[in-house]
Amino acid sequence: MPVGGNKQAPVITELEEAIVVSPLSGREWDVSGATSRMLESRVLTDYGSAGFARIAALEGGESLEYCYGCGKCVPVCPVDLVSEYGPRKIHRRVQTGLDLFRSDELWMCTTCGNCLRVCPKQVNMIEVMPAVREVAMADGTIPEELQQVMEKTFRYGNALGENPRRRHAWTKGADVEVRVLANDPRPVDVLFYVEDYWSYHPRGQQAAQAFARILTSLDVDFAILGSEEKTLGDSQRLAGEKGLFESLMEQVVEVLSKYQFNRIVTPDPHGFNALRKIYPKYGHDYEAMHYSQLLASMIDRIEFQGTLDAKVTFHDPCYLGRHNGEYEAPRKLLEAIPGVELLEMGRCRENSYCCGGGGGGMWLDGFNSNHASERLSERRVREAAETGADILAVACPYEVSRFEDAAKSTGNEHLRVMDIAEMLDIAMRAQDWRI
Amino acid sequence: MHIVVAMRQLADLVEELEVNGDGTDIDRDFVKFVSNEWDEAALEEALTIKDESAASVTVVALDEPDVDQTLYAALAKGADRAVKLTGHDPSAWVRTRERAQRIASFLAHEEFDLVLTGVQAADDLDGQLAGILGSTLDIPHAAVVVGVELTGSSLRVAQELGGGLVGVSELELPAVLGVQAARQAPRYASITRIRQAMQTQKIEEQEVSLEVTTPQVTVRRLYPPEKQGGATMLTGSAKDVATEIVNILRSKGLV
Ligand SMILES: Cc1cc2nc3c(=O)[nH]c(=O)nc-3n(C[C@H](O)[C@H](O)[C@H](O)COP(=O)(O)OP(=O)(O)OC[C@H]3O[C@@H](n4cnc5c(N)ncnc54)[C@H](O)[C@@H]3O)c2cc1C
Ligand code: SF4
Ligand code: SF4
Repeated sequence: MPVGGNKQAPVITELEEAIVVSPLSGREWDVSGATSRMLESRVLTDYGSAGFARIAALEGGESLEYCYGCGKCVPVCPVDLVSEYGPRKIHRRVQTGLDLFRSDELWMCTTCGNCLRVCPKQVNMIEVMPAVREVAMADGTIPEELQQVMEKTFRYGNALGENPRRRHAWTKGADVEVRVLANDPRPVDVLFYVEDYWSYHPRGQQAAQAFARILTSLDVDFAILGSEEKTLGDSQRLAGEKGLFESLMEQVVEVLSKYQFNRIVTPDPHGFNALRKIYPKYGHDYEAMHYSQLLASMIDRIEFQGTLDAKVTFHDPCYLGRHNGEYEAPRKLLEAIPGVELLEMGRCRENSYCCGGGGGGMWLDGFNSNHASERLSERRVREAAETGADILAVACPYEVSRFEDAAKSTGNEHLRVMDIAEMLDIAMRAQDWRI
Repeated sequence: MHIVVAMRQLADLVEELEVNGDGTDIDRDFVKFVSNEWDEAALEEALTIKDESAASVTVVALDEPDVDQTLYAALAKGADRAVKLTGHDPSAWVRTRERAQRIASFLAHEEFDLVLTGVQAADDLDGQLAGILGSTLDIPHAAVVVGVELTGSSLRVAQELGGGLVGVSELELPAVLGVQAARQAPRYASITRIRQAMQTQKIEEQEVSLEVTTPQVTVRRLYPPEKQGGATMLTGSAKDVATEIVNILRSKGLV
């Protein structure tokens, strides 16, 4: 696939006329117009270190200045591929005077983690960006789209600004009983943490309903928090709202303390990441699983009444794969569905291409579109379509809507986007996936 | 320069509002309350003036559900002082006239140059607070203000008039303004900041007792608008639906 977008042509700085004189022999060389830029004298100490010092002073901001310009991050950064943003460029631009705290680039990193995977200096954008964003937010410098999401999350406990009391409205269409702990507080095995997009987005609700049916058919003892559930807010944290994350965490922990359960199972890799990696740092330890892990552990018990005859490709969510090392569970589920032929995209597993939704990107579509030649989701959908797949399977609630929109805007309407839970449910009940 | 911003709470429309048992008010027990959007614009205008000149900003609100959140957010955004007025039933609907009376009796003990409030509130759309405050305090007032410019001891304000006109006038200070829009969108108070404000700053409480009772409007009946006409849902493919819409528009002589 060609490198897309707003790439600038390199600027050639060779001098039209240049003579190099050897300091030893005094011999002269005419190198006019020659292609070696090293011959132009340059001073390496021209740049002040103040820009880095301000960032390095923040907790998490230390590593930006470690960059030694090797460029390994350039081809793996999903944003760099469609714009003029990348870790190496950010390092360089801060060096030459960019005020990252007030720049648009500050909001472009999706915290996908691919640069950190390859960076020999462990420049950690997943910590640098949120740290700088937090300061920018405290100063009130925040894209308006994102501001609205933060205010909604603070007010309603969900990023969509939906009525908190309708958080479990989706259960009505599940055709199975879904226990809400507030009504029936008996101890439960699996606490199904539905999270925002499965609770409120119409396509997410369908996946939630499918998952509830699967759990019921597997006799899993499960329940939800209903209107007491609030988002775990991991993407809000990475977008710079640590205060909001902490305030949500206090409320979540208080609600969880009322009930007895063995483990928390969530469809949202972002929430999963919060429970696994961030909550323990604050002393809150829960056994957390991604729904694909729970189902993969019970795969032998799943009975398929029908088949799902389709070529399928799978998009690894950054926060399930790269951030938490889970590549197998979703594939195990897909491979178990009779009729599914799994095709891998060029970028998969550790090198999976980000959908653009992480780290606040989910809510910065308009803002970032000014800086990129195409949406990351659009690029990813084209990669998926190139495999010849009929279905793009996903395992993150952010993705169905992102990829469905992208399939339309890139002229790939034939590519269906489905959550793995929906696919399992269809094959288990012998439904036709085409309808 | 001391600017006082009067703010208020109202029912959040994310909730489905229900009429209470006697059919005279919304059922306030089950709704969330948020600050009035126009008051947020008034606060933003005050803070912008503060950024330009060394003004101090006091935010005042009647005790109403979730009002602390609004006041702390205002402090986090840069207000210097937050005052909560008590002495009324915090769960009841306080009408504009009484609200003005209460705020005026607070202002009677304050030295101030400018009072800003939202042009109206989204629930009663009454739009009279700035006017009544102005007349009670016997100072100039302007409503539907979309621009404020300080010119020494007076104030130049732009007001949105009918028919897309904007009128500019000069007012002597002190004055009261009902703000329609601030120069910029309301700024963001990060939750970290709001939490800091909660820990480090205090909301001042002042009890207001009104000697003279204000004339009250009594609500006889509150009800959702009665259904009129109906909507027709068109079904079929996008193409069929589009053709059908064109036919309807043609038949009504609209296109
Ligand atoms: C981002 C960046 C910008 C810079 N800009 C400037 C500048 O503008 N001006 C300037 O004067 N200096 C600059 N420098 C510094 C300059 O490039 C280095 O000081 C210089 O290249 C060092 O040369 P070297 O031959 O000692 O090592 P290197 O250039 O590192 O070369 C070592 C070579 O040995 C090879 N090698 C290593 N181990 C083995 C092995 N076991 N067997 C075989 N081969 C091996 C490596 O692959 C490599 O090719 C810059 C450095 C960096 C990182
Ligand atoms: S985390 Fe991802 S998006 Fe951010 S700089 Fe690294 S590779 Fe790019
Ligand atoms: S991989 Fe790391 S060291 Fe190399 S250019 Fe990128 S950020 Fe710098």
